[in-house]
Amino acid sequence: MTENSNTDKSRRQFLGSAAVAAGMAVAPGVILHQTASAKPADEAISSKVRWGMLIDTAKCANGCDACVSACDEEHNLGGGRSETDAQWIRKVELRDKQTGHSLTMPLLCQHCEFPPCVDVCPTGASFRREDGIVLVDKHICIGCRYCMMACPYKARSFIHEDLHDQKPYSPRGKGTVESCTFCVHRVDRDETPACVEACDAEGHNAMIFGDMNNPDSEISRQLASYSSSQIRGDLGLNTGVRYRGI
Amino acid sequence: MIFPTLRRGMLACIAGILAFLCLSPALLAGELLPVVPPAKARFSEEQACVEPLDDIRKNHMEYLLHQRDDTVHDGIRTKQHSLTECIDCHVGPDQNNEYPRISSNDHFCSSCHTYAAVSIDCFQCHSDRPAENLQFETLSRGMMPDLNNATK
Amino acid sequence: MKQQIHYREIDGRSPGFFALLGLIGALILVGLGAAYYMEHNGHYVTGMTNQIVWGTPHVFAVFLIVAASGALNVASISSVFGKTAYKPLARLSGLLAIALLVGGLAVLVLDLGRPDRLIVAMTKYNFKSIFAWNIFLYTGFMVIVAVYMWFLMERKMNRFSKVGGLTAFIWRIMLTTGTGSIFGFLVARQAYDAALMAPMFVIMSFSYGLAIYLLVLMAAYKWTNRPLGDAIIFRLKNLLGVFIASVLYFVVVYHLTNLYMTEHHSYERFVLMDGGVYTQLFWVVQILLGSLLPLLLLYLPATGKSRTWIGISAALVIIGGMAQIYIIIIGGQAFPLVLFPGMEVSSSFYDGVVSHYAPSLPEILLGIGGTAIAAIIVLLGVRVLRFLPVSLEDKYTDPHHETTGTAAQASEATA
Repeated sequence: MTENSNTDKSRRQFLGSAAVAAGMAVAPGVILHQTASAKPADEAISSKVRWGMLIDTAKCANGCDACVSACDEEHNLGGGRSETDAQWIRKVELRDKQTGHSLTMPLLCQHCEFPPCVDVCPTGASFRREDGIVLVDKHICIGCRYCMMACPYKARSFIHEDLHDQKPYSPRGKGTVESCTFCVHRVDRDETPACVEACDAEGHNAMIFGDMNNPDSEISRQLASYSSSQIRGDLGLNTGVRYRGI
Repeated sequence: MIFPTLRRGMLACIAGILAFLCLSPALLAGELLPVVPPAKARFSEEQACVEPLDDIRKNHMEYLLHQRDDTVHDGIRTKQHSLTECIDCHVGPDQNNEYPRISSNDHFCSSCHTYAAVSIDCFQCHSDRPAENLQFETLSRGMMPDLNNATK
Repeated sequence: MKQQIHYREIDGRSPGFFALLGLIGALILVGLGAAYYMEHNGHYVTGMTNQIVWGTPHVFAVFLIVAASGALNVASISSVFGKTAYKPLARLSGLLAIALLVGGLAVLVLDLGRPDRLIVAMTKYNFKSIFAWNIFLYTGFMVIVAVYMWFLMERKMNRFSKVGGLTAFIWRIMLTTGTGSIFGFLVARQAYDAALMAPMFVIMSFSYGLAIYLLVLMAAYKWTNRPLGDAIIFRLKNLLGVFIASVLYFVVVYHLTNLYMTEHHSYERFVLMDGGVYTQLFWVVQILLGSLLPLLLLYLPATGKSRTWIGISAALVIIGGMAQIYIIIIGGQAFPLVLFPGMEVSSSFYDGVVSHYAPSLPEILLGIGGTAIAAIIVLLGVRVLRFLPVSLEDKYTDPHHETTGTAAQASEATA
């Protein structure tokens, strides 16, 4: 940000490499739901975009946990202590007590527009990015866990022990709280989250990720055409994750 | 916060490095001074690191702190002051092709921080080794502009 | 009636004093050791999990913080409500309030995931968070009570003691409202999300704080061989009875409201009927041992005049209070979140099931350590400053001492 010439040079380089990148992105089986070009690295995110996810429970296969494994792999979660291990996304099995109808679906941070975890955080470590992604700034998280008390979706995990071999793009550490980031490191490169990629790779296509503010995006078109709902919609949190079929 | 101590420590560190550079190695009891591993590449023809050396030695924590807030809160992912890039360039494999960990004095960061007795907690969360072996890396390098020249 | 009250430090030279000091000091060290053990290894060594995120340390911390504001009541009654009988008791009341708050906060801070970042909590604020407000309410409380104590203890400043007392009283109501709202403002969970939490915590503080005050007062006078008249003890124990009954009233209203609403039936069934340890804690410890039994003991003629039974009653109130906060904090988390009303839910993350929690030794030791910090502040406080009157014989505390006891009873009713 100090020298303009540097920035200009890098913009040009970026444009040159963007075509290459696009080619490479498709090659390994990555499906790009958005065709919009990635934002330049030096540009701040804006509220013009609201990232969201639509999960079609009819397409979510029983017994499949590809999204969960992909998340664990992407962020190096897990560890072997089930009560204290972090889980950013989990498969939930539901059964209607009256009718017996049952279904399965992934549950993750709902990236609310009005997130209770952000309201209660004393230091502001829990925050919502301009583009709707709810994150924890672990640099200022003191580990009080009040956000975990406040989250209606039980989406957050506290790190109960020392971690090793974290992924460079996904720093995580003992004594702080974390949750699904919508794979923000991928989103900032205009890629889809690991779980969505994995679901598509399995051929289920039950998860759609995209910009809910862009009427031409796949997610917006689907949301506009078919009915969908929010979990605990009664709380009025305007979640960024929507479900079909519940 | 911790920065006064850090700064004082850095001054000691710089003094140490200067002494190392200025004095004849023969004069030194070599083990007493930090041996800082070399970087893998130059930032540009004219400049060794992302900022002039005396500046980055003295102020690297300020750059990192600034970048940290920009990245976490605003999604700004330029490479020049990114910690991941520092690690990519400064932490390389040893003779046995193994990467030094932060707990070892052969690690770029600890080599100096141990000497200056300034403890850092960055690597409780952040990776202390480069991302080189990761698959997405080829892709991200194409898409992230700033350091394309420098890392080549 | 106007008697000059003399205050004096305790001697602090007896073997008993040093034994007590040593015991409390050892408990503090053990508590600190437990905190270090938890922080060094991470919280997996405790009973706390991603399901029960607040555990035994929080039960101790919340209890101590709630009791802290309640301990100040005795001083408030004298300065704000002008009851001269309580005036000699005011100084100890302030000391106890500060001590309990420090002890409770110590537990809370030492349990943080990153206690080394306390400075962050002091420099970065999100003012929508009730926690952030509480940081100001707690620190402000200590400053205000300390200044109030100074007004009380420095003869030249005595004239400000009424203003100081009133400020402290208003502040303590805000403080307990803030503490109750930690839970009251939690929209997500069945057990919380109720405006009633705030006033219920205020009335709980009255009861716990006074119970602790009574025990400390009786112990201090017994161990220092200073005279302590019946008049003041009986006043305090009658007041305690009123507070116990008030807490009970709030508990009844809370559960009746929930019982009326179908939405909350499953939670009520959990607490009142088949919640296992939580149901037992509720009926046996909180209601029977912690409320009904002390009420009976305090008002029955046979036991209500006995200091031993009054002491036992106060101890029972404390035990019942701990149980009540345990049920609120831990029971409230153990009961599963209702994400999909009318559905049976299961997952690898313990959705839809009552979460398991057992207090671990380090957590308990940390809690006891915090209580010991409160105790050492009181002990050293009365050792170095003049908090305790030399005598609390009836002639100093009973404005109607020369007349009969019935008048004293009458004035009590208005207190």
